[in-house]
Amino acid sequence: MCALCGVLGNADHWTDAIARPGVFSRQSDAAERRRERMRRVQCANRVLKFYGLKLSDWQGSAFLLSTATGKTEIVDHLAHLWIKAEKLTGRLCDPLDPALIAQLEAAHD
Amino acid sequence: MTDSSALIPVNLITGFLGSGKTTLLQRLLREPALSDTAVLINEFGEVGLDHHLLERIDETMVLLQSGCLCCTIRGELSSAIKDLHSKREQGRIPFFRRLVVESTGLADPFPILSTVHADPVLKHHFRLGNVIATVDAVNGETQLALQKENAKQVAVADRLFITKTDLTEEAAVEMLISRIRQLNPSAPLWRTPREPLDAEGLLSHDVFELAGKSETAQRWFAAEIKGRWQLGRQNRPAQDLDGAGGDGGQGNDFSCHSGSIHAFSLVFDAPLDWTVFGIWLTMLLNRHGARILRVKGILNVADSPAPVAIHGVQHLVHPPVHMVQWPDEDRRSRIVFIVDGLEHTIIEQSMSTFLRAQKQSWTEKYDALGV
Repeated sequence: MCALCGVLGNADHWTDAIARPGVFSRQSDAAERRRERMRRVQCANRVLKFYGLKLSDWQGSAFLLSTATGKTEIVDHLAHLWIKAEKLTGRLCDPLDPALIAQLEAAHD
Repeated sequence: MTDSSALIPVNLITGFLGSGKTTLLQRLLREPALSDTAVLINEFGEVGLDHHLLERIDETMVLLQSGCLCCTIRGELSSAIKDLHSKREQGRIPFFRRLVVESTGLADPFPILSTVHADPVLKHHFRLGNVIATVDAVNGETQLALQKENAKQVAVADRLFITKTDLTEEAAVEMLISRIRQLNPSAPLWRTPREPLDAEGLLSHDVFELAGKSETAQRWFAAEIKGRWQLGRQNRPAQDLDGAGGDGGQGNDFSCHSGSIHAFSLVFDAPLDWTVFGIWLTMLLNRHGARILRVKGILNVADSPAPVAIHGVQHLVHPPVHMVQWPDEDRRSRIVFIVDGLEHTIIEQSMSTFLRAQKQSWTEKYDALGV
């Protein structure tokens, strides 16, 4: 179910495409799927740090997105991550925000 | 998951009022290959469709109260398609293998595409096919300049069809094509009535055929990304999208200075981190999806020997396609964006920074582990 719309069967997202012939996916087996989830959490947290948020895996089936004070939302997949992040912080999560870009650049300089 | 080859393709014919959508539809329906095609028109059409199917849909739209724009669904369209499918399954109408939707001249194509893509019932029976946009050679330039919806229709199109070219000067047609190429630099383009109707070219070689490992579809897609049209006489050469290359993601800009919609390409030499790319593009589409009319590209993904094709319209991104092989010796990732009011440089800087930041992070991690 799409957590936002309440529409049944609407949870698929292109980053979680089901492995089938012709489709690029990192869901082909359980180990690869878990590895990708771990990578995703690590990558997302580099960005979410800018907003004071932290993402963690929850039982390999969802993610938990939390503020520093512990306010938490369940996130099904990446499409919902940024909507929930904006809801928790009250800020727009914009990858074109010069301040975010500057922080990411500073972090790897 | 439904096998995509079993899904019924849905083609959208869009274009401004009076641009020749219905005429194109009439010509297409005379083709024997389209004899088993159902048609939905959202203005009551006057086309004589004795042996075809005609349903009327109204302009109502349902935006689910969620802020989840990928789920923008046109309720009437959804119901009309479901009704057609139901009648087909019950044998109450002839069995059809393709559905063509002709939109009104003022319609934004995105909600129509989104309906087929996201409707929880439709997506198990139908799939998106090519979007075909008609442009009137006589009035097209004015309409593109004055009507934002018309510019969007052209920008999101997979195939372009210039009509009424016999009613204006060749120079005016060339000027119009030049204007169209600023909005959509790479979609195959036909002129009518000068060129014969190529029904297969208009309707086939779509993104789902890519996933089906159709080499022809993959060649078309690769040529489209590169902007070189050498596959058919009817396909006019597009502007070359070859970028300057480099890790910084340099590319070319095809800015349209008379409007805010423009196209550009990003080119990356180094293989891309798929996870970072997914996070970045998802974040970008969440905030700016309505202004990113098209994104399509061929990516060199780290740890993947074959390229990955991506293809999206606004908030809607198709499942990434694992192509059979590289179309040529060039192994650079190329992404074409058609955007409304967003700056090329900031998008390039953002994506490059996301990728570099993560690369540095992996390096630090492996160094710490002594790998």
